[in-house]
Amino acid sequence: MTAIVANSRQERWWNSRTAHRFMNHHLALLGMVMIAVLTLACVLGPYLLPYDSLYIDLRARFAPPFTGHHYMGTDPLGRDLAARLFMAGRVSLLVGFSAMLLSTLIGTLVGVIAGYRGGWIGTTLMRTVDGFLSFPSIFLVLALAAALKPSPMMITVVIAATSWMEVARIVEAEVRSLREREFVQAGRMLGLSGTHIMFREILPNAIGPIIVAATLTVARAILMEAYISFLGYGIQPPLPSWGNMLNGAQQYLGTAPWLAIIPGAAIAIAVTSFNFIGDGLRDALDVRGDHN
Amino acid sequence: MRGFLLNRLSQSLVLLLIVSVIGFVVLNLLPGGPLAQFGLDPSMTQDDLNRLKEQLGLNRPLWMQYLDWAWRLVQGDWGHSFRDGAPVLDVIGRHLVATLLLMGSSTVIAIAIGTWIGIRGATHRYSIFDYLATVGAMVALSIPTFWFGLVGIYVFSLRLGWLPAGNMYTIGDGSVLNYLHHLIMPSIVLALVHVAIWSRYMRTATLDVISQEFVKTARAKGLSERRILMKHVVGNALLPMITLAGMQLPSVLTGALVTETVFTWPGMGRLFLDSLGYSDYPVVMGLLMFSAILVVLCNLLADIVVAIIDPRIRLS
Repeated sequence: MTAIVANSRQERWWNSRTAHRFMNHHLALLGMVMIAVLTLACVLGPYLLPYDSLYIDLRARFAPPFTGHHYMGTDPLGRDLAARLFMAGRVSLLVGFSAMLLSTLIGTLVGVIAGYRGGWIGTTLMRTVDGFLSFPSIFLVLALAAALKPSPMMITVVIAATSWMEVARIVEAEVRSLREREFVQAGRMLGLSGTHIMFREILPNAIGPIIVAATLTVARAILMEAYISFLGYGIQPPLPSWGNMLNGAQQYLGTAPWLAIIPGAAIAIAVTSFNFIGDGLRDALDVRGDHN
Repeated sequence: MRGFLLNRLSQSLVLLLIVSVIGFVVLNLLPGGPLAQFGLDPSMTQDDLNRLKEQLGLNRPLWMQYLDWAWRLVQGDWGHSFRDGAPVLDVIGRHLVATLLLMGSSTVIAIAIGTWIGIRGATHRYSIFDYLATVGAMVALSIPTFWFGLVGIYVFSLRLGWLPAGNMYTIGDGSVLNYLHHLIMPSIVLALVHVAIWSRYMRTATLDVISQEFVKTARAKGLSERRILMKHVVGNALLPMITLAGMQLPSVLTGALVTETVFTWPGMGRLFLDSLGYSDYPVVMGLLMFSAILVVLCNLLADIVVAIIDPRIRLS
């Protein structure tokens, strides 16, 4: 049973039509390329640049971009902005990606159980989802981030704890419709356990919407990290993140606008790319649902 | 209609219950929990704290504490600010108008522009305009609001000098024009994301309506496209958007917090951050609960308005 489902799934994901549709989605391809370049730059950049991201050079404070080897200029402490940008990218992308994994895991679990079990369990779970969605996310994230110790790990958990609801909703709807399908009834008749049916039979068939939602969640998580770090409650200096690089930038807007423009552009590019990829995957995997 | 209203009302009550449970969990996660205020005071010994705990009933089982807390919430006793001792609801009330002004004006901008883009995108589907609007919306959704604000300040305040960089009014000048002048940039910055969302949904809603039978009938009657659009399509497409407006409220509040911070706008969002900075947890909790309750009530209101307007629900 499982083997059959898995096989048909493989055919569906990797057949030429899905791949073709994704490759034809120019924006998604652009997003893939941009993310690849950005990731590569963040991984390799710090080794290639002549400056360390924490090296303070007070003689070179506020150097505008393209001063000597400071290709993106320097910050108020004379640290090289390019080096900081790439180190920050490691943190921001990693936090965004980990938060996505965690929130997708939570959301999928909640969604599968709520969708398959239904009844009062399903109702309670989905009402909890509604409850979480009633809070403006940043209020909840900031209150939690202020309450807990702001390590990168904790920030990841806090972001995940406030962004799993979309995935849960999508998965719940998908599972609820799959629950009545023949292969699930066949599984029940074979006497398979509920857990087995939920996670081995139904879940593989709901993977398309999950992948799309997960991609969009990376975008949201990066954005959320940027928001709370910008406000001073996220990643704490000296560890740089794209958000906290912008934290002090407003006061130097008149004299050193690159301090605000460059990290902000990095965030915008990363988030846009993930949104493009998500959009392309949605078209390629033929997932219904409106753009959020 | 009555069944619908009762059903919707009970749903909202359940939601408020769940919201309050989540709020209570957050309250107990805050450093020092409900006693944070006194933990900061060096003249308080551990004995004093324990005695206070006893007096305030904080060593009772959690569910009893929850009931107590929720009951006080219902009665309007939301505690007092650590900073100035004023009741939390009064403090929130002092900042409410500024936030409503900002959110209201940006919502008007978002709805006006978003509706226009959405309808045009639907009627000129797959045109260059539609394509640019789609891509533009995705990019707009990806730009952090605060960055858009910073760039706006850089260009329009620092370089061009057209608009003020922050605050709600110039001290000593309380004219309406002065308020409006300060309102322009923050409300546009806050509106950007919602123009994007609104235009996407409006496009979908318009496409849905256009494919309906009654539009075909109107065409068959020989009505002009313009008349069909204005009389039959737009009204029907806007109906689901009322619900959307309610659903967007949390994200508008999130945007307002960030926008108010960048533009030093004296609203609820800025109050939240200030209170967080001062560890003024009663106000932090108050704003958290206030915003969530506002969201639940506005969603209920949106559904009721739709039910009143839409004969399919009204007459069922």
